[in-house]
Amino acid sequence: MAKQYEFSSKGLPYLLVLPQMVIVFLFFFWPSAQAIWQSFFLQDPFGGKVIFVGFENYTKLFTDPDYWASFRVSTSFAISVAFSSMTIALFIAVQANKKIKYDSFYKTMMIWPYAVATMVAGVLWLFMFNPNVGIIAWILKYKLGVEWSHLLKSDQAFLLLTLAASWKQISYNFVFFLAGLQSVPLPLVEAAAIDGAGPVKRFWTIIFPLLSPTSFYLLVMNLVYGFFETFPIVHQVTAGGPGKATQILVYKVRRDGVINLDLGSSSAQSVILMFMVISLTIFQFRFIERRVTY
Amino acid sequence: MTEHKKSARLFPHIVLWFAIIIILFPLYFVFVASTRTSADILSAPMPMYPGPHLIRNYGQALLEGTKNLGASAFTMMKNSFIMAMGISSGKIIVSLLAAFAIVFFNFPGRKFCFWAIFITLMLPVEVRIMPTYKVISDLGMLNSYAGLILPMIVSATAVFLFRQFFLSVPREITEASQIDGATSMQFFRSILVPMTRTPVAAMFVIQFIYGWNQYLWPLLITTKVEYYTLLIGINRMLSGADVQIEWQIVMATTLLALIPPVLVVVIMQKQFVAGMTDTEK
Repeated sequence: MAKQYEFSSKGLPYLLVLPQMVIVFLFFFWPSAQAIWQSFFLQDPFGGKVIFVGFENYTKLFTDPDYWASFRVSTSFAISVAFSSMTIALFIAVQANKKIKYDSFYKTMMIWPYAVATMVAGVLWLFMFNPNVGIIAWILKYKLGVEWSHLLKSDQAFLLLTLAASWKQISYNFVFFLAGLQSVPLPLVEAAAIDGAGPVKRFWTIIFPLLSPTSFYLLVMNLVYGFFETFPIVHQVTAGGPGKATQILVYKVRRDGVINLDLGSSSAQSVILMFMVISLTIFQFRFIERRVTY
Repeated sequence: MTEHKKSARLFPHIVLWFAIIIILFPLYFVFVASTRTSADILSAPMPMYPGPHLIRNYGQALLEGTKNLGASAFTMMKNSFIMAMGISSGKIIVSLLAAFAIVFFNFPGRKFCFWAIFITLMLPVEVRIMPTYKVISDLGMLNSYAGLILPMIVSATAVFLFRQFFLSVPREITEASQIDGATSMQFFRSILVPMTRTPVAAMFVIQFIYGWNQYLWPLLITTKVEYYTLLIGINRMLSGADVQIEWQIVMATTLLALIPPVLVVVIMQKQFVAGMTDTEK
């Protein structure tokens, strides 16, 4: 694309980027540097001594079974959320993409949960499953004989979190899948239909491969969501419990930093998370440039 | 559509209605709860249809809140609104200026600024939350609107969307305005910004929702009730034993927290969808 550099001025461009740069440095580079710096120190929680410990905060984490447990929970949680919300959203988007009556009504009805805060999604499902007042918990107990108590049973806690997190994420995936489906060239699909391919075969051999860039982008975004943006649901619904059964990594960063006041370890955890996000992003850029299939 | 059989035409409607019902299901029960008394809800199972206390419950939620909290939904709504508006408008203004400088000027350090902004795309706030907290506390911005808003303006999505758009502005327009003797700021104000209406609207929707729905950050830096946002208030109302929770008020407040961003998305659906799928690139 043609470069625009139309104007010349000595001071003005600096003045224009100044606000953005101040914010980026104050709230991005400075805190990130601080996290890296503090991750090499051991801090007295009452503000007294600071001791340089090198990589000790990291080695402690990697030998801590608690940390690995938290890592495993986060991973399986992120994968469950990504998988369930993506498959459901794709299935619904395929239906909504057919030229049917009321399709704009259907689209609106599918899109609105995007605007619901993750925390509110947690509250909505918490209320359904609350062992004392929840309607689903009641049905499970008195009609199906299943005792629901996500504050005591870790598999139920995990299930409830997955449900709430996926419920909210379906609309995001729906928007992208629908946009992807709408850009599939119609003549291609019709030609296959004339050749006698049924709807299922057409989907798997033509539409699905053409959707792979969208699917790949969404996979990364959903993993990031599952790993990093689901803190509100965990905090509201299970508080990491029962015990530490649903303590995802971001939850642990906050617990160790704010509640346990172990700043060194909390910073080391932040740095590890930063690396995870950066590698996910680089991974994505690599693949998007190659455009997956086509 | 390529299928013509009646059953094939009906199928998508059935799937979509099923999906809609599942999506609306929890919302319906929250609404029912917000129109009933505490006793109705605690006598599980709660009746499946709305009760007569809608006005009373929402009135209490808006004007007083629950007894254990001491903040009304009205105050918290004001805080959520200030935060959402501050983040969305702050981000749009700062990003418009930065993108304008990067696209229309050639100055030493341009590349550096570009990359410094670009790299912020990679890290969500959640990851560097503790040190950011320390910065805000050192600046004395705990329990303040500035503290709630400023760190949330960081990310570069808006700069990139606007940069993309500015690059597509035809050279002729810029040249014509220069021939007419417009200064760069006049060009920015009276030509470029009005042209950017659509991306700005898209960004506004996305950022308003992002700001309204912030949770971890306000949870960390607001300790005074006057600065609670709706989501923090709901969390505090729900901490405590089940029997003490005033469910009907909490559920009314939950709906009050949910409605404004949903309305924004539904009303501006077109800009929102376009904006989301554009920032992907």
